[in-house]
Amino acid sequence: MHELAVTQSILDISLRHAKDAGAKQITGISLVIGEFASIVDDSVQFYWEMIADGTIAQGAQLHFERIRGEMICANCKHSFHPDDIDFVCPNCESPFVQITKGDEFRVDSIDVE
Amino acid sequence: MTTRVPVVEKILSANDRIAEENHARIESAGVFSINIMAAPGAGKTSLIEQTLPRLKGKLRVAVVDGDIATSIDADRAAKAGAQAAIQINTGGDCHLDAIMLRSALEQLDLTQFDLLIVENVGNLVCPASFKLGTHKSVLVASIPEGDDKPYKYPGMYRGVDALVINKIDLLPYIPFKMDYFERGVQVLNPGVLTFPLSCRTGEGLDVWIEWLTQHATHKK
Repeated sequence: MHELAVTQSILDISLRHAKDAGAKQITGISLVIGEFASIVDDSVQFYWEMIADGTIAQGAQLHFERIRGEMICANCKHSFHPDDIDFVCPNCESPFVQITKGDEFRVDSIDVE
Repeated sequence: MTTRVPVVEKILSANDRIAEENHARIESAGVFSINIMAAPGAGKTSLIEQTLPRLKGKLRVAVVDGDIATSIDADRAAKAGAQAAIQINTGGDCHLDAIMLRSALEQLDLTQFDLLIVENVGNLVCPASFKLGTHKSVLVASIPEGDDKPYKYPGMYRGVDALVINKIDLLPYIPFKMDYFERGVQVLNPGVLTFPLSCRTGEGLDVWIEWLTQHATHKK
């Protein structure tokens, strides 16, 4: 997995925005991560404690907002959460469905002092 | 006093920026480029080995090979007729990123080539998240992997421009439900270009070669 690279990016982005805001300390970081983003929160947290050390983000709390995956059926417009085994619409069994939520992968905001 | 600063920035935006630089560099040299991704053993290197002799005399090809440690794949590409074969050892990293490709591009005079093939590290998860800046990304799936892979690795299946289905010669021997596989692909990547082929028998390779040749010739 590439959680170290991801965590480094989160730190870089946060430090840059904190600097632009003239902040002395970052106390919290809000992350929005969709179900399909294949990122493990615990690993990000683990790397965070190592790499944020010695920066103004040291000790900042990471807040993970997880977005549940969602699909919509092109045939009957039914919205549903896909299971792991198949993607067909549970309402009309059409295979023509589209992902509408779950791709999110961003730093949403930072709390600074 | 704590203040909230809105950021709203994609986490891998730095990689995306460098990927755009790579893309501009490749594009301005008039080279067509692909990023080949797959699980280990699906046949990335075999596909490249089968592709190179069929392009001989038609296209000048550079291959950039990403691997965790060895140079086995770059050696195979060179032997199969690549005009240049560069190995990137990721030192344990599970994917290539745009910075690694940039350093490989610096070792190449791109104007001397028509086609750049990047072979990513064998992995169905991580390479999907890291854009490299190539024109097209290609996923090599293979029959023995099983028909459930689109469902298990949706991120990979969603992001690609073309799908090679390798080892179709094994279909009679393996319980692989093609309609189930294709249904998953259709949901994740409607209408994606698909090349069923066998690197062992050569079946289906001509269509793949035609696709590469058309794109590479169009760039000139």
